[in-house]
Amino acid sequence: VTAERAATPRTAPAALPRALAANPRLSHWVSVAPDGMVTIRVGKVELGQGIVTALAQIAADELDVDLARIRMVPANTAEGPDEGLTAGSMSVADSGAAVRQVCAEVRALLVAEAVAALSLDPITVAVRDGVIDGFAAFAICGVDGDSRRSSTYGELAARVDLDRDATGAVQPKTAGELRVVGTSVPRLDLPDKIAGRPRFIHDLTLPGQLYGRVVRPPAPRATLVDVDTAAAAGPDVVSVVRDGDFLGIVATDEQAAEQAAAALSGAAHWHDGPPLPDEDDLPRYLRDGPTELVVVDESGTPDGAAEPVVRRLRASYGRPFLAHASMAPSCGVARWDDDAVNVWSHSQGVHALRRAIAAALGLDTDQVTVRHVDGAGAYGHNGADDAAFDAVLLARSVPGRPVHVRWSRQDELTWAPFGPAMAVDVEAGLDASGRVADWSYDVWSQGHAARPGYAGTPGLLAASHLARPVPADPPHAIDPPPVRGGGATRNATPLYAFPNRRIHGHRLLRTPLRASALRSLGAFMNVFAIESFMDELALAAGQDPLEFRLAHLTDPRAREVLEAAAKLGHWHERTAGDGASAGAEDSVGHGIGFARYKDRGAYCAVVAEVEAVHEVRIRRLAIAVDVGRVVNPDGVRNQIEGGAVQATSWTLKERVRFDRRQVTSADWESYPILRFSEVPHVDVRLLPRPDEPSVGAGEAAQGPTAAAIGNAVAAALGVRVRDLPLTTERVMSALDT
Amino acid sequence: MDMRQTFVLSVNGDRHEVTCAADTTLLHVLRHDLDLKGTRFGCGMGLCGACFVLVDGHPTPSCDTPMWAAAGKTVVTVEGLADGAEPHPLQRAFLEEQAAQCAYCISGILISAAALLADRPHPDEPAVVAALDRNLCRCGAQPRIVRAVLRAATATATDDATDTVADDDTDADADADTDDADTDAHADADRRTGERTDQRAAL
Repeated sequence: VTAERAATPRTAPAALPRALAANPRLSHWVSVAPDGMVTIRVGKVELGQGIVTALAQIAADELDVDLARIRMVPANTAEGPDEGLTAGSMSVADSGAAVRQVCAEVRALLVAEAVAALSLDPITVAVRDGVIDGFAAFAICGVDGDSRRSSTYGELAARVDLDRDATGAVQPKTAGELRVVGTSVPRLDLPDKIAGRPRFIHDLTLPGQLYGRVVRPPAPRATLVDVDTAAAAGPDVVSVVRDGDFLGIVATDEQAAEQAAAALSGAAHWHDGPPLPDEDDLPRYLRDGPTELVVVDESGTPDGAAEPVVRRLRASYGRPFLAHASMAPSCGVARWDDDAVNVWSHSQGVHALRRAIAAALGLDTDQVTVRHVDGAGAYGHNGADDAAFDAVLLARSVPGRPVHVRWSRQDELTWAPFGPAMAVDVEAGLDASGRVADWSYDVWSQGHAARPGYAGTPGLLAASHLARPVPADPPHAIDPPPVRGGGATRNATPLYAFPNRRIHGHRLLRTPLRASALRSLGAFMNVFAIESFMDELALAAGQDPLEFRLAHLTDPRAREVLEAAAKLGHWHERTAGDGASAGAEDSVGHGIGFARYKDRGAYCAVVAEVEAVHEVRIRRLAIAVDVGRVVNPDGVRNQIEGGAVQATSWTLKERVRFDRRQVTSADWESYPILRFSEVPHVDVRLLPRPDEPSVGAGEAAQGPTAAAIGNAVAAALGVRVRDLPLTTERVMSALDT
Repeated sequence: MDMRQTFVLSVNGDRHEVTCAADTTLLHVLRHDLDLKGTRFGCGMGLCGACFVLVDGHPTPSCDTPMWAAAGKTVVTVEGLADGAEPHPLQRAFLEEQAAQCAYCISGILISAAALLADRPHPDEPAVVAALDRNLCRCGAQPRIVRAVLRAATATATDDATDTVADDDTDADADADTDDADTDAHADADRRTGERTDQRAAL
């Protein structure tokens, strides 16, 4: 509450946080109204992960105002900072640091104005919920009631010009001074959503709104031969749009739009694209290439191991294509006003979408405005941007009228980008003491980034279907650069101290199915493979899997998180019955998995307890996590729990299905996800690290959860399944061989 | 060929006359004709539970319920769970447990849970899980959601205990049930408080 420290500048200005350096103007982030309400504009968006609440907490602490005094504005391109994508578990680290510094500086400016206007003695100044209170500079310290003076942020706002750049000269609060950060503040958006009030983009109803539907091709890269657009005609149909292979309708009513789209679909003739690969032979397809080599690490050579290798192991692992499978189909709304278009989207990056729309249509970016509206959970690059562009194309046929486009469940499961299939080969040598002497790792995958703007292309689905497609020749998905954690090779580098290692990525230069970023990108596969193989090595070395890991780990935070998960998961108390020695009746197993996300983010270790009788069931996941300073403990728990449950679903059940012509997993029966009756108990322990920088929690649990489950299944049954998902069919097949 | 008909149904206690085609879905009528947006579209095939409403007390997918089948029925949507400005005990419990991430699935889950508690006020955990098994949640909030339903049941149990004493003090089973639930609730609250205090102290 005391202001004396914040009013005192740093001796030397600190470097501005990255997001603030890119958007230094204070007024872009904060404004204060005469009634004392504080408006905060951030570039990060709510995806169900609670980021808006966490950033409001940071702002409240630095400004010394109650949370109720803060209004968070959804990201949009008309105002506020451009903070790029809400992705990669970077929002708390990047946006949090920026908001912290901005609010510390705004507070210092308001306090300085109060000190000057009221002739206050700075050392006596305190701020509580936007009220600045202190004693006049000439008064005897604190005993003369008449000398006490106060003002409010609201009264001072008009006198403080925030239209200036951040300087870095004000020191934000230290961990000990925080009141709101570190507490489990309830999410700001949940009361509306739990009451059933309109809050999602699906609920958006603008004046004069029409409803659009797109008729997608029956298969990837199928082309439209001919269509009788008259088939869609009807009293409620406003327009039929055809541009190359892009086909859609606009109607006055959502039901009429669906019926017209179905009629149009029936009147369209398509020519199939090239055949899809054999779904049952994806690892070979990926290895056959062509591929681009990515050298991740070549420190030492496997041949030149320091200690003689006495035992050598090798194994291959794989994962299928995975769908985002959000509970809501993607949705977008657009309205053309003369030559400008207004867009509403649940995109992860409103600025990137704006630039992509402009590029696809040959517009200037200032002709496009994109506003974020909440959608259902987003776990990466889903169909949000595509649905927005669908709306833009359809709305062009009805100038001045907003067009609301909602995808079908089938479109969502078959046309949104997938998380790409991956294959891994790993080989290691053990020395006589049972330590890893060398390590060789290869991962094959399509690139994991085809978002709007990546590889210099719009990256919008419908743009590739236009008569003049943009781009004419779509590039294959790329990978984020190593500085942002890579894509296919994300977490391909183990944190373990191996003396010699060779780690290579192989990016496939083919696009059988559209692939892009799905929560944790390559880390889910790589951590599953590395941590599975660590267990295989531990078994070969005759060591306990936990001890084997600890013997190769020097990072104290890594060791602590593993030990904490082991304790929470009763690792040391597990019966010797675990494993192949257990006998046929006892099919319970424990497994452990660990990673530090992107090698620089959250540390996470998971102990899984599974039973494998007729099918694999996960009884319990015990998870320890270190995310540095915690902004909202319950928010972190929610992200870790949710990430672990979703990863359990990926690990046990999920696989995009396709034949040689088209994607066939088009509904919840053909693409099943985890049900309530299959969800494990999840216990989460957060390690206290108040003095370490905050890092994101959203993707930390994915890989370790899969690995812990895989290892637990191997412990329970004595056989290892190396290809995800770990279905009953795969487990039975492993038992048979 | 206008095949429109007029259907009468009760929604959240109000009588409505709706004129539409007989195969128009109840979900469409709720969201567009009655402007009740709380019921969500998820799949259109009755497979995910996002669009559940109570039809004569039963959780029912409104996305594939045609109006000819809904006519004459009593429908309760998520908006109808609250008692005026007072949220339903389930909605309070969901907020207390922060039992959601994106919350798109929550309307339908609240409907399933409300039907369960109406039928069985003091369910155990397996009963809650079974009652919600037709509802999907992609964010992985299921552990919290189950805790929230159990919490709401406990809160209702406390209310029931008061009622029981006032109206009928011979229902030994209900009392025993209530005692158990109370004990659990307090232990749970203690655990959570302790845990959060630890967090604060650590920070």
